[in-house]
Amino acid sequence: MSKILTKALLELADDHLILGHRLSEWCGHAPLLEEDLALPNMGLDLIGTARSLYTYACQVEDKNKSEDDFAFLRNEREYVNCLLVERPNFNFAHTILKQLYFSVFMELYWAAALNSDDEMLVGIAGKAKKEMAYHVRHSGEWTVRLGDGTSVSNEKMLQAVNALHLYTNELFINTENSDTYISKNILPDRTSFKANWQKKIKTIFKQAFITYPNNNDELLGGRVGLHGEELGHLLASMQSVHRLHPGAQW
Amino acid sequence: MTKTMPLWEVFIRPRNGLSHKHVGSLHASDKTMAINAARDVYTRRGEGTSIWVIPSTLITASDPSKDEENFEPSENKIYRHPTFYDIPDDIGHM
Repeated sequence: MSKILTKALLELADDHLILGHRLSEWCGHAPLLEEDLALPNMGLDLIGTARSLYTYACQVEDKNKSEDDFAFLRNEREYVNCLLVERPNFNFAHTILKQLYFSVFMELYWAAALNSDDEMLVGIAGKAKKEMAYHVRHSGEWTVRLGDGTSVSNEKMLQAVNALHLYTNELFINTENSDTYISKNILPDRTSFKANWQKKIKTIFKQAFITYPNNNDELLGGRVGLHGEELGHLLASMQSVHRLHPGAQW
Repeated sequence: MTKTMPLWEVFIRPRNGLSHKHVGSLHASDKTMAINAARDVYTRRGEGTSIWVIPSTLITASDPSKDEENFEPSENKIYRHPTFYDIPDDIGHM
């Protein structure tokens, strides 16, 4: 147990925090009142999981650190989230598709993490898996409604697939930090979920009249801190209060 | 919006096992989406253990202009309330 495990945990935690923050950006802006509640609701699920993971990372690495240090006092290059989750919301179709890609992956991931030899991770996985099951249902149903909706909504879903699909491959890549803990049966092997993920996405796309992309285009870099400029804007907004009032308590 | 996203009435069964109770309404394209939206809008604070949704158009309501003939006749029949009986002390609070 060491700094290496902390780094591996941060990959997971950062994915959840950044996507959770993206969902929170819909608060007051969603196209329907129902979604104005649903999207930030799901954001809170993700931020809750991120908090558990950051707190665990503190226990592993440095008991003097807190979850706030990880969330609010690191800069872009120190964040190791995958690029998919930091992509801007852009429109409702983009947001739904991003959520579908991520939650289908995480449902598989947490299901596997239930068999981890690490008790703490098993606990986090048990709670998160149920939340992911709902996120998959919510985003999956919307994907079908938008894809099989009007010509405009279908077109927007196709544009979303064109814009976001190349970011999905990063979900299935293990980093050196996590490798050590995969062989010890602490963390699940990301590569093992690809076939089931594709199967599930293809089933939903078929119902939604969306063609699953056949190319192998990919964009990577998030796990080593190489992000798009949009992450900087997100962090500036998310961290501003904490940086203005260091150590403030709620 | 009412054409593609009709109105649905939402009923939630509370934790204490009582019957489903009307909690409000929402817009959704179909029954699956209505159940999802009801879950998101009306059960965020652990309110329920079961959800029903029904298209608002399927509800038949009493006519407000007929309130007089519907409800006033019962107002002067106070003997229908169980307040004209002497309750034995042994029964306690009723």
